[in-house]
Amino acid sequence: MFYLSTGVILLALLITVVRAVRGPTVFDRVLASNTIGTLAILLLASIGFLTDRPEFLDIGLTYGLLNLIGTFAVLKFFRHGDLAYDVEEKEGKAWK
Amino acid sequence: MTEAPNAETFVISLLLTLLAGITLAIIRQRNMFGVVILSGIYSFLMASIMIALDAVDVAMTEASVGAGISTVILLATLYLTGSMEYPQRRSVIIPLCLSLAVGAILIWGTSGLPKFGVADAPIHKHVGPTYIQYSKDHKMPPNMVTAVLADFRGYDTLGETAVVFTAGIGVLLLLQGGWRVSSAGRKRDDEDDENEPSARSASDAANGGTSAGGTSA
Repeated sequence: MFYLSTGVILLALLITVVRAVRGPTVFDRVLASNTIGTLAILLLASIGFLTDRPEFLDIGLTYGLLNLIGTFAVLKFFRHGDLAYDVEEKEGKAWK
Repeated sequence: MTEAPNAETFVISLLLTLLAGITLAIIRQRNMFGVVILSGIYSFLMASIMIALDAVDVAMTEASVGAGISTVILLATLYLTGSMEYPQRRSVIIPLCLSLAVGAILIWGTSGLPKFGVADAPIHKHVGPTYIQYSKDHKMPPNMVTAVLADFRGYDTLGETAVVFTAGIGVLLLLQGGWRVSSAGRKRDDEDDENEPSARSASDAANGGTSAGGTSA
C-alpha cells in the first residue's frame, strides 16, 4: 500500500521535474516548484509510514509554510519587480 | 525486511537522477529568475533525499535555508542586478577539467570509507558508546542528537554562536555605510522611470503620475 503510494508520488515527481526543466515560461516553473514542494510533503509522509516512523510528520507543516513563503516571494517579485514593494505607500490605498 | 533497503536505494537513486536533471537545467538556463526557481526545486529534492536517508533534521535545515531563505535572498539580489545572464565567450575547458579532477578525487576518497549503514564502522565504536552510556547515567535528553549538541558540545555550540553573531555584526557595520546612499539613489530612480510600463501593475499604470514619489516620506 505505502509502496504503491510512494511509487505514484515518485512518478508524479518525475513528470513535474520534466515540466520544470522544459517549461517554456517562468510560470510553468513556479507552478512546478510549488507542486514539487507539495509532493515533497507527501513523500515525507509516505516514507515516514514506510519506515514505521511517522513521528516526523510535523516537519510537513514546516515544508508547507516554506512552500507558501517561497511562492509568495516569487510572485510578488514578478508582479512588482521588488520584494520590498509597499502597495499602501506606492499606490496610496490600503487593501481593505 | 529484505525489501526495504532495495526500495530505499531505488527512491534515492531516482531522486538523485532528478537532481542531476535539475542541475543540468540550471546550467543551461540563461534567465536568472528561472534559475532561482529551479534552485528552490533542487532544495526540495535534496531535502527529500535527506529524508530517505533518515536524516530528518538535516532535511528540515536544507528545506528552510535552501528553499525558503535562499529563494527570497536571491530574488532580492535579482532586483539589484537584473535577471538576464549575458553569454560569455570564455573557454570552459580548464574549469571543466578542474571540476572533473576534484570530483574524481572525492569519489576516490569515498572508496576508503566503510559501507553505508554498517554497524561496526569505526565511528560507531570509538566514542559513540561512551556518549550513550554517559548520557544515560546523567539523565541527559533522551534524543541522542540533542544530547550531543546541547550537552556534550555545549561550549562548542556557544563558540559557534559567538562567531556567527560577530560575523553578522561585522556585515551590518560594513553595509550600514553604503545602505543610506543606495536607498537615497533608489528613491530618485523610482521617480525617473515612473512612466515606464514594464513590471508595473495595471492599477499603477492607470494612476500614472499621481502616485509619483509624493507619498514616499
